[in-house]
Amino acid sequence: MAEAAIELIGISKSFGAVRANRDINLEITRGTIHGIVGENGAGKSTLMSILYGFYQADSGEIRVNGKPTSIKSSNDAIATGIGMVHQHFMLVDNFTVLENIILGAESDALLKSSIAKARSELERLEREYGLEVDPDAIIEELPVGLQQRVEILKALYRGAEILILDEPTGVLTPAEADHLFRILRQLKEQGKTIVLITHKLREIMAITDSVSVMRQGTMVATRETKQTTVEELAELMVGRRVLLRVEKGEARAGEVKLSVKNLVVKDQRGVTMVDDVSFDVRAGEIVGIAGVAGNGQSELLEAISGIRKAVSGSVTLDGKPIDLTGAADPGELRQRGLAHVPEDRHHVGLVLAFEENENSILGYHNDKRYLKGPLLDVDAIMADAKDKIAKYDIRPANPRLRTANFSGGNQQKIVLAREIEQDPGVLIVGQPTRGVDVGAIEFIHKRLIAMRDQGKAVLLVSVELDEIRSLSDRILVMFAGRVVGERGPEASEGELGLLMAGVEQKEAAE
Amino acid sequence: MSTPYAKLPAWADYGLIPLINLAVAFIVAGLVVLLVGENPFRAAAILVEGAFGRGQGIAYTLFYATNFIFTGLAVAVAMHAGLFNIGGEGQAYVAGLGVGLVCLALDRVVPWYVTFPFAIAGAALFGAAWAFIPAYLQAKRGSHIVITTIMFNMIAASLMIYVLRDILKPEAMQEVKTRMLEAGAQLPRLNWIIELFGTARIRSAPFNVSFLLALVMAYLVWLLIWRTKLGYEIRTFGFSQKAARYAGISEVRVTIIAMLISGALAGMMSINAIMGDQHSVYVDLAGGAGFIGIAVALMGRAHPVGIILASILFGMLYQGGAELSFEMPAISRDMIVIIQGLVILFAGALEHMFRPYIQTLFASISPKSVGMAAVKGEGA
Repeated sequence: MAEAAIELIGISKSFGAVRANRDINLEITRGTIHGIVGENGAGKSTLMSILYGFYQADSGEIRVNGKPTSIKSSNDAIATGIGMVHQHFMLVDNFTVLENIILGAESDALLKSSIAKARSELERLEREYGLEVDPDAIIEELPVGLQQRVEILKALYRGAEILILDEPTGVLTPAEADHLFRILRQLKEQGKTIVLITHKLREIMAITDSVSVMRQGTMVATRETKQTTVEELAELMVGRRVLLRVEKGEARAGEVKLSVKNLVVKDQRGVTMVDDVSFDVRAGEIVGIAGVAGNGQSELLEAISGIRKAVSGSVTLDGKPIDLTGAADPGELRQRGLAHVPEDRHHVGLVLAFEENENSILGYHNDKRYLKGPLLDVDAIMADAKDKIAKYDIRPANPRLRTANFSGGNQQKIVLAREIEQDPGVLIVGQPTRGVDVGAIEFIHKRLIAMRDQGKAVLLVSVELDEIRSLSDRILVMFAGRVVGERGPEASEGELGLLMAGVEQKEAAE
Repeated sequence: MSTPYAKLPAWADYGLIPLINLAVAFIVAGLVVLLVGENPFRAAAILVEGAFGRGQGIAYTLFYATNFIFTGLAVAVAMHAGLFNIGGEGQAYVAGLGVGLVCLALDRVVPWYVTFPFAIAGAALFGAAWAFIPAYLQAKRGSHIVITTIMFNMIAASLMIYVLRDILKPEAMQEVKTRMLEAGAQLPRLNWIIELFGTARIRSAPFNVSFLLALVMAYLVWLLIWRTKLGYEIRTFGFSQKAARYAGISEVRVTIIAMLISGALAGMMSINAIMGDQHSVYVDLAGGAGFIGIAVALMGRAHPVGIILASILFGMLYQGGAELSFEMPAISRDMIVIIQGLVILFAGALEHMFRPYIQTLFASISPKSVGMAAVKGEGA
């Protein structure tokens, strides 16, 4: 007889006028892996935050192992055996693994005895669950996959019987994700209960026993994973049928629009992030750059768009050189027809404190269309913003609304509208659908394909392999700052995954 | 995850919250007055009476407010660029030299309205020049502007004493200041405007034409920040340096220009002190107005209208406070400084203390008034 590890009964939570969770009922069986899916803003994180004691529900009841429980803080959650692995790791980078694990759970005023106790306990946990990590390694020197393992160990060390993982695979290579899933299965076999929050439906299908779908603050369905399909889940999430495959015709690649030769870029610390990278992007094609986050893609985009100075290399736009190692300036590049949708729309692509209409001219504010003598032409800017709102179906359709109050998908549409409507010859796009809901993803993908079909050159960087594979006409894989391979869109995920993990490069070096 | 607090209507944001902050500041100040054994209600009455009761008081209140509008605008312009200019005091002081040199050259030759524009230029030039060095160091060398502007206040104080004592002071004079400026450098008083409202004749208050200059500057700052391309660039840079870089906005250019404008505005404060009041360039002529400007800008939410209102409030505290320490011997000058400090604490530093409660209140009373603004917060 399977019994419930967690029962949520009638949970509601509002923030001001916003009802983030409405009468949520959920039962999670002990010893299973339960997935929770939903678009951004569906209320998944709020629900888990209530379970973990960050927020208190306005009404409703939480039962852990059948007992009504009040969880008022994360300490209460830990005491009832609930552990959480956050999307952004909560680790102190310059502490060792061991120090991080005892952080907040020190048993003595003096660290020495705590550490000794923790060490033997940690060794036991590592043996039991196959979670090997060197206890004396410094966190910042560990790869992300191992850092995540430390987070899991931290929760287990505190006696977690129920483990919540929030978007755990976002930063992992396919191989690392597979490893994580093996660990999760092993934990399940040991009787732990696992709650997996994700927006990747394939992961849900691969690992969960049951899955719940949230939409607009409500729990719309719970299914046995075996008895559902990706298509059904997507439809439940969005509330309508969704096109998961992007439809596109043959690429008709024309002349070279953007040419990068031997580009070298270093970061602030002087570490080489882009190492001798060369490629061309032609008119009428989408070139995708795949890779695990942090392998130089961000720096590559920043260098080509003029935000970050390159160390050496040559880049031409429409056959004419651009001085990326010196005076290249994003404003000048825009005038020459290079538009950029940056990876980080919150801090780079938008000023969140601005009204929508103010963001719709960011970077193009020198354009005569928006100026009247020394003053901004407020009427022209507003008319232009309204025009883009209509064309891109940006909601709410209010150009005076603060940008921070738009959803992720609509914020991304604001950026896309601004960059695409300038009719650039070259569009470089970073993580176009990160934190964007499924409905908007479809829209954004169609726009990018339309750009390509109009004969524009599109350079796409994404850590979502599915996105790269479905949009790109050619795929370049980056690993440790180098382009380690070029493949067609028909390349298998496994093949690209190996390249992303740098496997082929190592073989070549041997 | 975003904090999905709903937005407040503008009147609550700009009116209600500052008023609540102010009320709390006065309640705490009242407790302090109670502590020294005086009646806080009588103290409040004296303070308000002193500031607004008679024409004379009003004129003084507005005279002080003039200083604070200039320095408040100065802090606000820098603040919009994400820069914390603590050097208004020094910039105003050094600008006094610019005003003084113009006045000493022209006051016996031309009438005040000819001297005035040159004096404005002199104030702006010297104030901006004093802000330029910290701005340059920040933009090019990354030296933190808070540290450098504080240091430059000290340097300004020493420099001005040297210039006044060793160069500009007439031999025969005891006091360290320039010779008295004559009619060509004395700004007309505006006390008659207050008298129009039927107050008793104002004998000696130095409320003068520079108040009008301050109002013009407030309008120009509004125009600059919200209606010009430069203002757009300043605000973009102030909110997000990364977004500014992305938009092709030069960090060096914006930092330096914003600080030059800030310094120029702070500098104009010295016109009020020199041409409007003392008719000489004297030691410590900024008299702390540069620092009050920080509180004024914070309280006025870096908006010119808010700054004018906050300046009048601080003008009231200055003028009413002077009356209060005169009427109530138990309340010394230092007590007044405590009260001003409390206003700064609650209205400036703790500006957002009550905001969440008020937002919750608004949301529960009338969900419509806060709109659907935050329905679609980022995190799920």
